[in-house]
Amino acid sequence: MSGTHEEVYDKVREVLCDALGVDDDEVTPETTLQGDLGAESIDFLDIVFRLEKTFEIKIPKGELFPDDIINNPEYVDGDQMTRAGLDKLKAAMPHADFSQFEKEPRISTLPDLFTVHTIVNYVETKLAAA
Amino acid sequence: MRWIWIDRFVEFTPGESASAVKNVTLAEEYLQDHFPNYPVVPPSLMIEGMAQTAGILVGEARDFTENVILAKIRVARFDDYAVPGDQLRYDARIEMIDSVCAQTLGTVSKNGDRIGQVDLIFSHVNQASKTLDLPDHNFVFTEQFIRLLGAFRDGLARQDDDTDGK
Repeated sequence: MSGTHEEVYDKVREVLCDALGVDDDEVTPETTLQGDLGAESIDFLDIVFRLEKTFEIKIPKGELFPDDIINNPEYVDGDQMTRAGLDKLKAAMPHADFSQFEKEPRISTLPDLFTVHTIVNYVETKLAAA
Repeated sequence: MRWIWIDRFVEFTPGESASAVKNVTLAEEYLQDHFPNYPVVPPSLMIEGMAQTAGILVGEARDFTENVILAKIRVARFDDYAVPGDQLRYDARIEMIDSVCAQTLGTVSKNGDRIGQVDLIFSHVNQASKTLDLPDHNFVFTEQFIRLLGAFRDGLARQDDDTDGK
């Protein structure tokens, strides 16, 4: 299936409301999944399942949420993500907006990359490629 | 000891689906208080019944080598009550399973009528949570749980014997 930006956004919002038990007025494009909506690790799996079903797309493990990079100690230096890690993450997540994170790539602010906008971008890319 | 919320399996297709029944009886202690003079099965216990049905299905798919933990109740919706004398049936189906987790879809029926939906996510904690200090043995699938499936298989074997004898 495909859809306009608005349609994709509305459906992503519905997915997030169902998966995280939040009201739709809590969800805006800038809302972060963990910080604002309280998503936990198992919720990310749930969100992936629901997106696959809603948009009839296949989401390979680690594509939307590349936890193999995020959790790789090789790319961590104290609270900082290394340059190599940042490059790798940017390549793996063309759907995310790195403009803020890049200024100060701290591990503790990594979750802020996962916004509603990030998900919508990802879904739109997948739908365009389908 | 463990509170078992299913009486027996009535269908079991390894790696795919499982169905279990539970007969609700007024002798069950919790019904004296839930609610006084108006006994109804708490929906949370129907969720547990589904979790046990689906959990054994998921565990069996990996030969009970994994600790299968209920990680998330994705959907739990009930449209009707169950009261003493009713028979509940839990039909669970595996939608997805991999080394980290499994997702199941399930319907709850009462005396043959569908009354609810319970979809769950289970985590294989040996795989997913290596940092946790877990016991070496399988602490989920105790003998009590395994026996439930054994009883179902024994029943099938007896049916086969009867058929062979005819």
